[in-house]
Amino acid sequence: MLHPIVKLLVQRIALGLLLLFAASALIFAGTQLLPGDVAQSILGQSATPEALANLRAELGLNDPPVQRYFNWLFSALHGDLGTALSNGEDIAQSLGKRLGNTLFLAACAAAVSVPLALILGIVSVRYRNRWPDRLISAVSLASISIPEFLIAYVLIFYVAVQLRWFPSVAMISDAMTLGQKLSAIALPVAVLTLVVLAHMMRMTRAAILNVMQSAYIETAELKGLAPIRIIARHALPNAIAPIVNVIMLNLAYLVVGVVVIEVVFVYPGMGQYLVDHVAKRDVPVVQACGLIFAAVYIGLNTVADVVSILANPRLRHPK
Amino acid sequence: MIRIPLSALLGLTVTALFFAGAALAPWIAPYPMTQIVGDVWEPASAEHLLGTDSIGRDLLSRMIYGGRTTIWIATLATMLSFLTGSVLGLTAAVAGGWVDQALSRLVDLVMSIPTLIFALVVLSVLPTTMTTLVLVMGLLDSTRVYRLARAVAVDITVMDFVEAARLRGEGRGWIVFREILPNALSPLVAEMGLRFIFMVLFLSTLSFLGLGVQPPNADWGGIVKENKEGIVYGISAALTPAIAIAALAISVNLVADWILTRTTSLKGGRGE
Repeated sequence: MLHPIVKLLVQRIALGLLLLFAASALIFAGTQLLPGDVAQSILGQSATPEALANLRAELGLNDPPVQRYFNWLFSALHGDLGTALSNGEDIAQSLGKRLGNTLFLAACAAAVSVPLALILGIVSVRYRNRWPDRLISAVSLASISIPEFLIAYVLIFYVAVQLRWFPSVAMISDAMTLGQKLSAIALPVAVLTLVVLAHMMRMTRAAILNVMQSAYIETAELKGLAPIRIIARHALPNAIAPIVNVIMLNLAYLVVGVVVIEVVFVYPGMGQYLVDHVAKRDVPVVQACGLIFAAVYIGLNTVADVVSILANPRLRHPK
Repeated sequence: MIRIPLSALLGLTVTALFFAGAALAPWIAPYPMTQIVGDVWEPASAEHLLGTDSIGRDLLSRMIYGGRTTIWIATLATMLSFLTGSVLGLTAAVAGGWVDQALSRLVDLVMSIPTLIFALVVLSVLPTTMTTLVLVMGLLDSTRVYRLARAVAVDITVMDFVEAARLRGEGRGWIVFREILPNALSPLVAEMGLRFIFMVLFLSTLSFLGLGVQPPNADWGGIVKENKEGIVYGISAALTPAIAIAALAISVNLVADWILTRTTSLKGGRGE
Protein backbone atom coordinates (compact mmCIF):
# COMPACT_ATOMS: atom_id res chain seq x y z
CA MET A 1 0.00 0.00 0.00
CA LEU A 2 1.56 3.23 -1.17
CA HIS A 3 1.48 6.32 0.94
CA PRO A 4 -1.18 8.53 -0.72
CA ILE A 5 1.27 11.39 -1.11
CA VAL A 6 3.63 9.20 -3.17
CA LYS A 7 0.74 8.32 -5.44
CA LEU A 8 -0.14 12.00 -5.86
CA LEU A 9 3.47 12.89 -6.64
CA VAL A 10 3.86 10.07 -9.15
CA GLN A 11 0.64 11.20 -10.85
CA ARG A 12 1.81 14.81 -11.00
CA ILE A 13 5.23 13.91 -12.42
CA ALA A 14 3.68 11.58 -14.99
CA LEU A 15 1.35 14.40 -16.01
CA GLY A 16 4.38 16.68 -16.42
CA LEU A 17 6.06 14.15 -18.73
CA LEU A 18 2.88 13.71 -20.75
CA LEU A 19 2.57 17.47 -21.07
CA LEU A 20 6.18 17.74 -22.23
CA PHE A 21 5.57 15.07 -24.87
CA ALA A 22 2.45 16.89 -26.12
CA ALA A 23 4.29 20.22 -26.04
CA SER A 24 7.05 18.80 -28.23
CA ALA A 25 4.40 17.73 -30.75
CA LEU A 26 2.89 21.21 -30.62
CA ILE A 27 6.26 22.89 -31.20
CA PHE A 28 6.92 20.59 -34.12
CA ALA A 29 3.46 21.28 -35.54
CA GLY A 30 4.02 25.02 -35.07
CA THR A 31 6.96 24.93 -37.46
CA GLN A 32 4.91 23.08 -40.07
CA LEU A 33 2.34 25.87 -40.30
CA LEU A 34 3.86 27.53 -43.31
CA PRO A 35 1.55 27.23 -46.29
CA GLY A 36 4.00 25.92 -48.85
CA ASP A 37 7.46 24.65 -48.26
CA VAL A 38 10.26 25.24 -45.77
CA ALA A 39 12.87 24.60 -48.45
CA GLN A 40 11.35 27.27 -50.68
CA SER A 41 11.31 29.82 -47.89
CA ILE A 42 14.95 29.11 -47.03
CA LEU A 43 16.26 29.35 -50.57
CA GLY A 44 13.92 32.07 -51.79
CA GLN A 45 11.89 32.42 -54.98
CA SER A 46 14.89 32.31 -57.32
CA ALA A 47 16.05 28.82 -56.26
CA THR A 48 16.61 26.23 -58.98
CA PRO A 49 14.44 23.09 -58.88
CA GLU A 50 17.55 20.91 -58.32
CA ALA A 51 18.64 22.95 -55.30
CA LEU A 52 15.12 22.72 -53.89
CA ALA A 53 14.99 18.95 -54.39
CA ASN A 54 18.42 18.54 -52.75
CA LEU A 55 17.47 20.61 -49.73
CA ARG A 56 14.15 18.77 -49.38
CA ALA A 57 15.98 15.44 -49.35
CA GLU A 58 18.55 16.79 -46.89
CA LEU A 59 15.86 18.02 -44.51
CA GLY A 60 13.86 14.81 -44.93
CA LEU A 61 10.89 16.84 -46.16
CA ASN A 62 9.82 14.00 -48.44
CA ASP A 63 8.76 11.89 -45.45
CA PRO A 64 5.27 12.31 -44.01
CA PRO A 65 5.08 14.82 -41.09
CA VAL A 66 4.27 12.24 -38.40
CA GLN A 67 7.33 10.19 -39.31
CA ARG A 68 9.50 13.32 -39.33
CA TYR A 69 8.18 14.25 -35.89
CA PHE A 70 9.09 10.89 -34.38
CA ASN A 71 12.50 10.90 -36.06
CA TRP A 72 13.14 14.34 -34.61
CA LEU A 73 11.89 13.38 -31.14
CA PHE A 74 13.94 10.18 -30.98
CA SER A 75 17.16 11.91 -32.01
CA ALA A 76 16.43 14.73 -29.54
CA LEU A 77 16.01 12.17 -26.76
CA HIS A 78 19.42 10.76 -27.67
CA GLY A 79 20.99 14.20 -27.45
CA ASP A 80 21.15 14.73 -31.22
CA LEU A 81 19.36 17.99 -32.02
CA GLY A 82 20.41 18.05 -35.66
CA THR A 83 22.51 20.65 -37.46
CA ALA A 84 21.79 24.33 -37.99
CA LEU A 85 20.72 25.19 -41.54
CA SER A 86 22.44 28.57 -41.52
CA ASN A 87 26.00 27.47 -40.68
CA GLY A 88 25.92 23.67 -40.53
CA GLU A 89 27.04 23.55 -36.89
CA ASP A 90 25.93 20.82 -34.54
CA ILE A 91 23.09 22.33 -32.51
CA ALA A 92 23.62 20.31 -29.33
CA GLN A 93 27.24 21.46 -29.18
CA SER A 94 26.41 25.16 -29.66
CA LEU A 95 23.56 24.91 -27.17
CA GLY A 96 25.42 23.21 -24.34
CA LYS A 97 27.55 26.15 -23.24
CA ARG A 98 24.81 28.69 -23.93
CA LEU A 99 22.33 26.78 -21.80
CA GLY A 100 24.88 26.89 -18.97
CA ASN A 101 25.27 30.67 -19.38
CA THR A 102 21.51 31.19 -19.40
CA LEU A 103 20.99 29.09 -16.29
CA PHE A 104 23.85 30.97 -14.58
CA LEU A 105 22.15 34.30 -15.31
CA ALA A 106 18.72 33.06 -14.24
CA ALA A 107 20.11 31.48 -11.06
CA CYS A 108 21.87 34.71 -10.06
CA ALA A 109 18.66 36.66 -10.64
CA ALA A 110 16.73 34.13 -8.55
CA ALA A 111 19.31 34.30 -5.74
CA VAL A 112 18.79 38.06 -5.54
CA SER A 113 15.06 38.35 -6.18
CA VAL A 114 13.62 35.57 -3.98
CA PRO A 115 15.01 36.76 -0.60
CA LEU A 116 14.31 40.37 -1.57
CA ALA A 117 10.68 39.58 -2.46
CA LEU A 118 10.15 37.79 0.86
CA ILE A 119 11.66 40.64 2.89
CA LEU A 120 9.73 43.34 1.02
CA GLY A 121 6.53 41.30 1.29
CA ILE A 122 6.94 41.03 5.07
CA VAL A 123 7.80 44.72 5.35
CA SER A 124 4.72 45.76 3.42
CA VAL A 125 2.50 43.57 5.62
CA ARG A 126 4.10 45.03 8.75
CA TYR A 127 3.44 48.59 7.51
CA ARG A 128 0.32 47.84 5.48
CA ASN A 129 -1.53 50.85 4.13
CA ARG A 130 1.23 53.12 5.41
CA TRP A 131 3.93 54.73 3.29
CA PRO A 132 6.39 51.78 3.00
CA ASP A 133 3.56 49.58 1.71
CA ARG A 134 2.32 52.24 -0.71
CA LEU A 135 5.82 52.98 -1.97
CA ILE A 136 6.51 49.29 -2.60
CA SER A 137 3.23 48.79 -4.48
CA ALA A 138 3.73 51.96 -6.55
CA VAL A 139 7.21 50.86 -7.63
CA SER A 140 5.95 47.37 -8.43
CA LEU A 141 3.04 48.75 -10.49
CA ALA A 142 5.51 50.87 -12.46
CA SER A 143 7.84 47.94 -13.06
CA ILE A 144 5.08 45.76 -14.54
CA SER A 145 3.88 48.58 -16.81
CA ILE A 146 7.09 48.78 -18.83
CA PRO A 147 8.41 45.95 -21.00
CA GLU A 148 11.57 44.39 -19.59
CA PHE A 149 13.79 45.49 -22.46
CA LEU A 150 12.91 49.12 -21.74
CA ILE A 151 13.69 48.73 -18.04
CA ALA A 152 17.02 47.35 -19.23
CA TYR A 153 17.74 50.39 -21.44
CA VAL A 154 16.72 52.82 -18.71
CA LEU A 155 19.23 51.11 -16.40
CA ILE A 156 21.91 51.05 -19.11
CA PHE A 157 21.35 54.73 -19.80
CA TYR A 158 21.64 55.87 -16.18
CA VAL A 159 23.80 53.24 -14.49
CA ALA A 160 26.16 52.12 -17.26
CA VAL A 161 26.49 55.20 -19.48
CA GLN A 162 26.07 58.15 -17.13
CA LEU A 163 27.36 56.74 -13.83
CA ARG A 164 29.72 54.18 -15.44
CA TRP A 165 29.27 51.68 -12.61
CA PHE A 166 28.78 48.55 -14.68
CA PRO A 167 29.42 47.61 -18.32
CA SER A 168 26.51 48.05 -20.73
CA VAL A 169 27.09 44.71 -22.44
CA ALA A 170 27.36 41.46 -20.54
CA MET A 171 29.99 39.52 -22.44
CA ILE A 172 31.29 36.60 -20.44
CA SER A 173 33.92 33.99 -21.32
CA ASP A 174 35.59 31.03 -19.67
CA ALA A 175 38.74 33.05 -19.02
CA MET A 176 36.91 35.33 -16.58
CA THR A 177 36.95 34.77 -12.83
CA LEU A 178 33.66 34.42 -10.97
CA GLY A 179 33.98 37.98 -9.66
CA GLN A 180 34.45 39.39 -13.17
CA LYS A 181 31.49 37.38 -14.43
CA LEU A 182 29.28 38.63 -11.62
CA SER A 183 30.25 42.22 -12.31
CA ALA A 184 29.53 41.71 -16.02
CA ILE A 185 26.05 40.36 -15.38
CA ALA A 186 25.14 42.81 -12.58
CA LEU A 187 22.84 44.89 -14.80
CA PRO A 188 20.94 42.01 -16.46
CA VAL A 189 20.45 40.47 -13.02
CA ALA A 190 19.10 43.79 -11.72
CA VAL A 191 16.61 44.01 -14.59
CA LEU A 192 15.42 40.42 -14.20
CA THR A 193 15.04 40.97 -10.47
CA LEU A 194 12.85 44.02 -11.06
CA VAL A 195 10.74 42.10 -13.56
CA VAL A 196 9.85 39.19 -11.27
CA LEU A 197 10.07 41.00 -7.94
CA ALA A 198 6.75 42.85 -8.20
CA HIS A 199 4.62 39.76 -8.70
CA MET A 200 6.40 37.64 -6.09
CA MET A 201 6.25 40.45 -3.56
CA ARG A 202 2.56 41.14 -4.08
CA MET A 203 1.66 37.47 -3.80
CA THR A 204 3.77 37.09 -0.64
CA ARG A 205 1.96 40.09 0.81
CA ALA A 206 -1.45 38.71 -0.17
CA ALA A 207 -0.66 35.24 1.20
CA ILE A 208 0.52 36.57 4.57
CA LEU A 209 -2.39 39.03 4.84
CA ASN A 210 -4.76 36.13 4.22
CA VAL A 211 -3.33 34.26 7.22
CA MET A 212 -3.22 37.43 9.33
CA GLN A 213 -7.02 37.38 9.49
CA SER A 214 -7.11 34.10 11.42
CA ALA A 215 -8.20 33.99 15.05
CA TYR A 216 -4.86 32.66 16.28
CA ILE A 217 -3.10 35.77 14.98
CA GLU A 218 -5.48 37.88 17.03
CA THR A 219 -4.56 35.78 20.07
CA ALA A 220 -0.89 36.44 19.37
CA GLU A 221 -1.61 40.15 19.10
CA LEU A 222 -3.53 40.10 22.38
CA LYS A 223 -0.61 38.32 24.05
CA GLY A 224 1.34 41.45 23.23
CA LEU A 225 3.87 39.98 20.80
CA ALA A 226 5.84 42.36 18.59
CA PRO A 227 4.17 42.76 15.14
CA ILE A 228 7.22 41.64 13.18
CA ARG A 229 7.48 38.51 15.35
CA ILE A 230 3.83 37.68 14.74
CA ILE A 231 4.35 37.95 11.00
CA ALA A 232 7.62 36.04 10.85
CA ARG A 233 6.91 33.30 13.41
CA HIS A 234 3.13 32.86 13.34
CA ALA A 235 1.84 33.95 9.93
CA LEU A 236 4.68 33.12 7.54
CA PRO A 237 4.87 29.35 8.21
CA ASN A 238 1.22 28.95 7.28
CA ALA A 239 1.61 31.04 4.15
CA ILE A 240 4.63 29.10 2.90
CA ALA A 241 2.80 26.87 0.39
CA PRO A 242 1.30 29.64 -1.77
CA ILE A 243 4.53 31.65 -1.52
CA VAL A 244 6.71 28.75 -2.70
CA ASN A 245 4.26 28.16 -5.52
CA VAL A 246 4.48 31.77 -6.66
CA ILE A 247 8.28 31.69 -6.44
CA MET A 248 8.46 28.62 -8.68
CA LEU A 249 6.08 30.17 -11.21
CA ASN A 250 8.23 33.29 -11.30
CA LEU A 251 11.39 31.27 -11.75
CA ALA A 252 9.68 29.68 -14.74
CA TYR A 253 8.87 33.16 -15.98
CA LEU A 254 12.48 34.18 -15.39
CA VAL A 255 13.69 31.55 -17.83
CA VAL A 256 11.55 33.20 -20.51
CA GLY A 257 12.36 36.78 -19.51
CA VAL A 258 15.98 35.88 -20.02
CA VAL A 259 15.38 35.65 -23.79
CA VAL A 260 14.78 39.36 -24.23
CA ILE A 261 17.34 40.48 -21.65
CA GLU A 262 20.07 38.44 -23.34
CA VAL A 263 19.40 40.26 -26.61
CA VAL A 264 19.64 43.65 -24.90
CA PHE A 265 22.91 42.89 -23.15
CA VAL A 266 24.42 40.80 -25.98
CA TYR A 267 24.79 37.96 -23.48
CA PRO A 268 25.96 34.68 -25.04
CA GLY A 269 23.02 32.56 -23.87
CA MET A 270 20.17 30.51 -25.34
CA GLY A 271 17.76 33.41 -25.73
CA GLN A 272 20.04 35.33 -28.03
CA TYR A 273 20.75 32.15 -30.00
CA LEU A 274 17.01 31.50 -30.39
CA VAL A 275 16.14 35.04 -31.51
CA ASP A 276 19.02 35.16 -34.02
CA HIS A 277 17.88 31.94 -35.61
CA VAL A 278 14.21 32.89 -35.70
CA ALA A 279 15.25 35.88 -37.83
CA LYS A 280 17.29 33.54 -40.07
CA ARG A 281 14.33 31.13 -40.26
CA ASP A 282 16.60 28.33 -39.12
CA VAL A 283 13.86 25.86 -38.18
CA PRO A 284 15.94 23.03 -36.57
CA VAL A 285 17.59 25.48 -34.14
CA VAL A 286 14.24 27.10 -33.28
CA GLN A 287 12.68 23.69 -32.63
CA ALA A 288 15.57 22.64 -30.40
CA CYS A 289 15.55 25.88 -28.38
CA GLY A 290 11.76 25.84 -28.11
CA LEU A 291 11.87 22.27 -26.82
CA ILE A 292 14.48 23.09 -24.18
CA PHE A 293 12.70 26.25 -23.01
CA ALA A 294 9.41 24.35 -22.81
CA ALA A 295 11.09 21.53 -20.87
CA VAL A 296 12.56 23.92 -18.30
CA TYR A 297 9.23 25.75 -18.00
CA ILE A 298 7.14 22.61 -17.59
CA GLY A 299 9.76 21.18 -15.22
CA LEU A 300 9.62 24.21 -12.91
CA ASN A 301 5.83 24.22 -12.98
CA THR A 302 5.80 20.54 -12.02
CA VAL A 303 8.22 21.25 -9.17
CA ALA A 304 5.89 24.04 -8.00
CA ASP A 305 3.00 21.57 -7.79
CA VAL A 306 5.15 18.93 -6.09
CA VAL A 307 6.27 21.45 -3.47
CA SER A 308 2.74 22.57 -2.74
CA ILE A 309 1.65 18.94 -2.32
CA LEU A 310 4.57 18.34 0.08
CA ALA A 311 3.91 21.57 1.99
CA ASN A 312 0.34 20.55 2.82
CA PRO A 313 0.38 18.88 6.26
CA ARG A 314 -3.04 17.30 5.67
CA LEU A 315 -1.64 15.39 2.70
CA ARG A 316 1.58 14.50 4.50
CA HIS A 317 -0.22 13.08 7.55
CA PRO A 318 -3.51 11.58 6.32
CA LYS A 319 -6.02 10.43 8.94
CA MET B 1 -25.21 60.20 -12.05
CA ILE B 2 -22.21 57.92 -11.55
CA ARG B 3 -19.41 59.39 -9.48
CA ILE B 4 -16.08 58.50 -11.02
CA PRO B 5 -13.09 58.48 -8.63
CA LEU B 6 -10.21 60.78 -9.50
CA SER B 7 -7.77 57.99 -10.38
CA ALA B 8 -10.22 56.38 -12.81
CA LEU B 9 -11.02 59.75 -14.36
CA LEU B 10 -7.31 60.38 -14.90
CA GLY B 11 -6.94 56.90 -16.39
CA LEU B 12 -9.92 57.38 -18.70
CA THR B 13 -8.63 60.77 -19.89
CA VAL B 14 -5.11 59.57 -20.65
CA THR B 15 -6.39 56.41 -22.35
CA ALA B 16 -8.79 58.50 -24.46
CA LEU B 17 -5.94 60.83 -25.43
CA PHE B 18 -3.83 57.88 -26.61
CA PHE B 19 -6.67 56.49 -28.71
CA ALA B 20 -7.43 59.93 -30.14
CA GLY B 21 -3.75 60.34 -31.01
CA ALA B 22 -3.82 56.96 -32.74
CA ALA B 23 -6.95 57.80 -34.72
CA LEU B 24 -5.81 61.28 -35.75
CA ALA B 25 -2.12 60.50 -36.36
CA PRO B 26 -1.92 61.84 -39.96
CA TRP B 27 -3.43 65.17 -38.85
CA ILE B 28 -1.54 65.82 -35.64
CA ALA B 29 1.91 64.49 -36.57
CA PRO B 30 4.10 67.48 -37.56
CA TYR B 31 6.06 65.54 -40.24
CA PRO B 32 5.44 62.44 -42.39
CA MET B 33 6.47 59.14 -40.75
CA THR B 34 9.36 58.19 -43.03
CA GLN B 35 10.63 61.57 -44.25
CA ILE B 36 14.19 62.52 -43.27
CA VAL B 37 13.90 66.06 -41.96
CA GLY B 38 17.14 66.74 -40.14
CA ASP B 39 20.47 65.49 -38.85
CA VAL B 40 21.02 62.23 -36.98
CA TRP B 41 19.89 62.38 -33.32
CA GLU B 42 19.34 66.12 -33.14
CA PRO B 43 18.44 67.24 -29.62
CA ALA B 44 14.93 68.50 -28.90
CA SER B 45 14.19 71.89 -30.43
CA ALA B 46 11.21 74.04 -31.39
CA GLU B 47 11.02 72.36 -34.83
CA HIS B 48 11.50 68.83 -33.50
CA LEU B 49 9.90 68.66 -30.06
CA LEU B 50 11.50 65.29 -29.24
CA GLY B 51 14.52 65.66 -31.52
CA THR B 52 15.28 63.34 -34.45
CA ASP B 53 16.00 59.62 -34.67
CA SER B 54 18.87 57.43 -35.86
CA ILE B 55 18.56 58.50 -39.52
CA GLY B 56 17.18 62.00 -39.00
CA ARG B 57 13.41 61.44 -38.98
CA ASP B 58 11.27 63.50 -36.61
CA LEU B 59 10.94 61.44 -33.42
CA LEU B 60 7.61 62.93 -32.28
CA SER B 61 5.98 62.07 -35.62
CA ARG B 62 7.36 58.55 -35.46
CA MET B 63 6.10 58.17 -31.90
CA ILE B 64 2.61 59.27 -32.97
CA TYR B 65 2.51 56.96 -35.99
CA GLY B 66 4.15 54.24 -33.91
CA GLY B 67 1.43 54.62 -31.28
CA ARG B 68 -1.15 54.23 -34.04
CA THR B 69 0.39 50.92 -35.18
CA THR B 70 0.91 49.63 -31.64
CA ILE B 71 -2.59 50.51 -30.42
CA TRP B 72 -4.25 49.32 -33.62
CA ILE B 73 -2.59 45.88 -33.61
CA ALA B 74 -3.02 45.48 -29.84
CA THR B 75 -6.72 46.37 -30.08
CA LEU B 76 -7.37 43.93 -32.92
CA ALA B 77 -5.46 41.16 -31.14
CA THR B 78 -7.34 41.81 -27.89
CA MET B 79 -10.67 41.64 -29.73
CA LEU B 80 -9.70 38.39 -31.43
CA SER B 81 -8.50 36.98 -28.13
CA PHE B 82 -11.75 37.92 -26.39
CA LEU B 83 -14.00 36.71 -29.14
CA THR B 84 -12.30 33.30 -29.34
CA GLY B 85 -11.58 32.92 -25.65
CA SER B 86 -14.95 33.94 -24.27
CA VAL B 87 -17.06 32.12 -26.86
CA LEU B 88 -15.10 28.90 -26.32
CA GLY B 89 -14.99 29.39 -22.54
CA LEU B 90 -18.74 29.97 -22.24
CA THR B 91 -19.47 27.09 -24.58
CA ALA B 92 -17.26 24.78 -22.52
CA ALA B 93 -18.99 25.83 -19.30
CA VAL B 94 -22.50 25.35 -20.71
CA ALA B 95 -21.86 22.19 -22.71
CA GLY B 96 -19.71 20.46 -20.07
CA GLY B 97 -18.75 16.81 -20.67
CA TRP B 98 -16.28 15.95 -23.38
CA VAL B 99 -16.44 19.36 -25.09
CA ASP B 100 -15.27 20.99 -21.86
CA GLN B 101 -12.60 18.33 -21.31
CA ALA B 102 -11.21 18.56 -24.84
CA LEU B 103 -11.07 22.36 -24.89
CA SER B 104 -9.65 22.68 -21.38
CA ARG B 105 -6.89 20.13 -21.95
CA LEU B 106 -5.96 21.80 -25.26
CA VAL B 107 -5.72 25.14 -23.47
CA ASP B 108 -3.60 23.57 -20.70
CA LEU B 109 -1.27 22.26 -23.36
CA VAL B 110 -0.88 25.59 -25.17
CA MET B 111 -0.32 27.36 -21.85
CA SER B 112 2.39 24.87 -20.87
CA ILE B 113 4.67 26.47 -23.44
CA PRO B 114 5.71 30.05 -22.61
CA THR B 115 3.81 32.47 -24.87
CA LEU B 116 6.91 34.28 -26.12
CA ILE B 117 8.70 31.03 -26.98
CA PHE B 118 5.69 29.64 -28.82
CA ALA B 119 5.25 32.91 -30.70
CA LEU B 120 8.92 32.82 -31.73
CA VAL B 121 8.59 29.22 -32.93
CA VAL B 122 5.55 30.07 -35.05
CA LEU B 123 6.99 33.35 -36.36
CA SER B 124 10.13 31.53 -37.52
CA VAL B 125 8.12 30.02 -40.37
CA LEU B 126 5.29 32.51 -40.94
CA PRO B 127 5.74 35.74 -42.88
CA THR B 128 5.84 38.75 -40.51
CA THR B 129 2.82 40.75 -41.64
CA MET B 130 0.38 42.62 -39.43
CA THR B 131 -2.27 39.96 -40.05
CA THR B 132 0.04 37.20 -38.81
CA LEU B 133 0.94 39.23 -35.75
CA VAL B 134 -2.71 39.83 -34.84
CA LEU B 135 -3.57 36.16 -35.39
CA VAL B 136 -0.59 34.76 -33.44
CA MET B 137 -0.93 37.21 -30.54
CA GLY B 138 -4.72 36.99 -30.36
CA LEU B 139 -4.98 33.21 -30.55
CA LEU B 140 -2.14 32.56 -28.08
CA ASP B 141 -3.66 35.00 -25.61
CA SER B 142 -7.19 33.66 -25.97
CA THR B 143 -6.12 30.76 -23.73
CA ARG B 144 -6.03 33.18 -20.76
CA VAL B 145 -9.43 34.60 -21.61
CA TYR B 146 -10.80 31.08 -22.04
CA ARG B 147 -9.73 30.15 -18.50
CA LEU B 148 -11.33 33.24 -16.99
CA ALA B 149 -14.53 33.02 -19.04
CA ARG B 150 -14.95 29.35 -18.23
CA ALA B 151 -14.31 29.87 -14.51
CA VAL B 152 -16.79 32.74 -14.30
CA ALA B 153 -19.41 30.96 -16.39
CA VAL B 154 -19.21 27.69 -14.44
CA ASP B 155 -20.30 29.59 -11.33
CA ILE B 156 -23.21 31.18 -13.19
CA THR B 157 -24.48 28.04 -14.96
CA VAL B 158 -25.49 26.51 -11.62
CA MET B 159 -27.66 29.52 -10.70
CA ASP B 160 -31.43 29.15 -10.47
CA PHE B 161 -32.25 31.59 -13.26
CA VAL B 162 -30.19 29.54 -15.72
CA GLU B 163 -32.01 26.43 -14.54
CA ALA B 164 -35.30 28.27 -15.08
CA ALA B 165 -34.28 29.21 -18.61
CA ARG B 166 -33.34 25.59 -19.33
CA LEU B 167 -36.72 24.39 -18.04
CA ARG B 168 -38.44 27.00 -20.21
CA GLY B 169 -36.83 25.16 -23.09
CA GLU B 170 -34.43 27.89 -24.26
CA GLY B 171 -31.72 26.85 -26.70
CA ARG B 172 -28.00 26.82 -25.93
CA GLY B 173 -27.44 30.08 -27.82
CA TRP B 174 -30.02 31.90 -25.70
CA ILE B 175 -28.53 30.54 -22.48
CA VAL B 176 -24.99 31.56 -23.45
CA PHE B 177 -25.74 35.01 -24.82
CA ARG B 178 -28.82 36.15 -22.90
CA GLU B 179 -28.45 34.48 -19.49
CA ILE B 180 -24.75 33.93 -18.83
CA LEU B 181 -22.89 36.53 -20.88
CA PRO B 182 -24.55 39.63 -19.33
CA ASN B 183 -23.63 38.37 -15.86
CA ALA B 184 -20.09 37.38 -16.82
CA LEU B 185 -19.41 40.61 -18.66
CA SER B 186 -17.97 42.82 -15.92
CA PRO B 187 -15.02 40.63 -14.86
CA LEU B 188 -14.37 40.02 -18.55
CA VAL B 189 -14.29 43.75 -19.32
CA ALA B 190 -11.88 44.41 -16.46
CA GLU B 191 -9.69 41.58 -17.73
CA MET B 192 -9.86 43.08 -21.22
CA GLY B 193 -7.90 46.11 -20.00
CA LEU B 194 -5.13 43.92 -18.65
CA ARG B 195 -5.02 41.79 -21.80
CA PHE B 196 -4.76 44.96 -23.91
CA ILE B 197 -1.75 46.12 -21.88
CA PHE B 198 -0.22 42.68 -22.20
CA MET B 199 -0.69 42.91 -25.98
CA VAL B 200 1.03 46.30 -26.10
CA LEU B 201 3.99 44.93 -24.12
CA PHE B 202 4.07 41.73 -26.16
CA LEU B 203 3.99 43.52 -29.51
CA SER B 204 6.69 45.94 -28.36
CA THR B 205 8.86 43.01 -27.31
CA LEU B 206 8.40 41.22 -30.65
CA SER B 207 9.16 44.40 -32.61
CA PHE B 208 12.18 45.08 -30.44
CA LEU B 209 13.46 41.60 -31.28
CA GLY B 210 12.97 42.48 -34.96
CA LEU B 211 10.14 39.95 -35.38
CA GLY B 212 7.14 42.25 -35.11
CA VAL B 213 6.27 45.34 -37.15
CA GLN B 214 8.80 45.68 -39.97
CA PRO B 215 10.56 48.93 -40.98
CA PRO B 216 9.97 51.51 -42.40
CA ASN B 217 6.70 51.24 -40.42
CA ALA B 218 7.11 52.47 -36.89
CA ASP B 219 5.84 51.03 -33.65
CA TRP B 220 6.99 51.71 -30.11
CA GLY B 221 9.13 48.58 -29.79
CA GLY B 222 10.66 49.22 -33.22
CA ILE B 223 11.61 52.78 -32.24
CA VAL B 224 13.62 51.36 -29.33
CA LYS B 225 15.37 48.97 -31.69
CA GLU B 226 16.21 51.70 -34.22
CA ASN B 227 17.64 54.06 -31.60
CA LYS B 228 19.28 51.65 -29.17
CA GLU B 229 22.78 52.32 -30.51
CA GLY B 230 22.44 55.92 -29.29
CA ILE B 231 22.14 54.85 -25.66
CA VAL B 232 25.88 54.29 -25.21
CA TYR B 233 26.53 57.85 -26.47
CA GLY B 234 24.12 59.18 -23.86
CA ILE B 235 21.31 59.84 -26.38
CA SER B 236 17.97 59.05 -24.77
CA ALA B 237 15.83 58.75 -27.96
CA ALA B 238 15.37 55.01 -27.38
CA LEU B 239 13.80 55.66 -23.97
CA THR B 240 10.93 57.80 -25.29
CA PRO B 241 8.63 54.80 -25.95
CA ALA B 242 9.13 53.74 -22.31
CA ILE B 243 7.26 56.83 -21.17
CA ALA B 244 4.47 56.31 -23.70
CA ILE B 245 4.04 52.61 -22.88
CA ALA B 246 4.15 53.18 -19.12
CA ALA B 247 1.62 56.04 -19.32
CA LEU B 248 -0.77 53.95 -21.41
CA ALA B 249 -0.34 50.86 -19.24
CA ILE B 250 -0.86 52.68 -15.96
CA SER B 251 -3.91 54.59 -17.16
CA VAL B 252 -5.60 51.48 -18.56
CA ASN B 253 -4.78 49.71 -15.28
CA LEU B 254 -6.47 52.48 -13.29
CA VAL B 255 -9.62 52.13 -15.38
CA ALA B 256 -9.60 48.33 -15.07
CA ASP B 257 -9.14 48.55 -11.29
CA TRP B 258 -12.10 50.88 -11.04
CA ILE B 259 -14.34 48.60 -13.13
CA LEU B 260 -13.28 45.65 -11.01
CA THR B 261 -14.03 47.34 -7.66
CA ARG B 262 -17.35 48.65 -8.99
CA THR B 263 -18.43 45.19 -10.02
CA THR B 264 -17.04 43.07 -7.21
CA SER B 265 -18.26 45.08 -4.23
CA LEU B 266 -21.79 44.31 -3.14
CA LYS B 267 -23.02 47.86 -3.47
CA GLY B 268 -21.68 48.13 -7.00
CA GLY B 269 -18.90 50.40 -5.75
CA ARG B 270 -21.38 53.17 -4.96
CA GLY B 271 -20.78 53.11 -1.24
CA GLU B 272 -17.11 54.06 -1.50
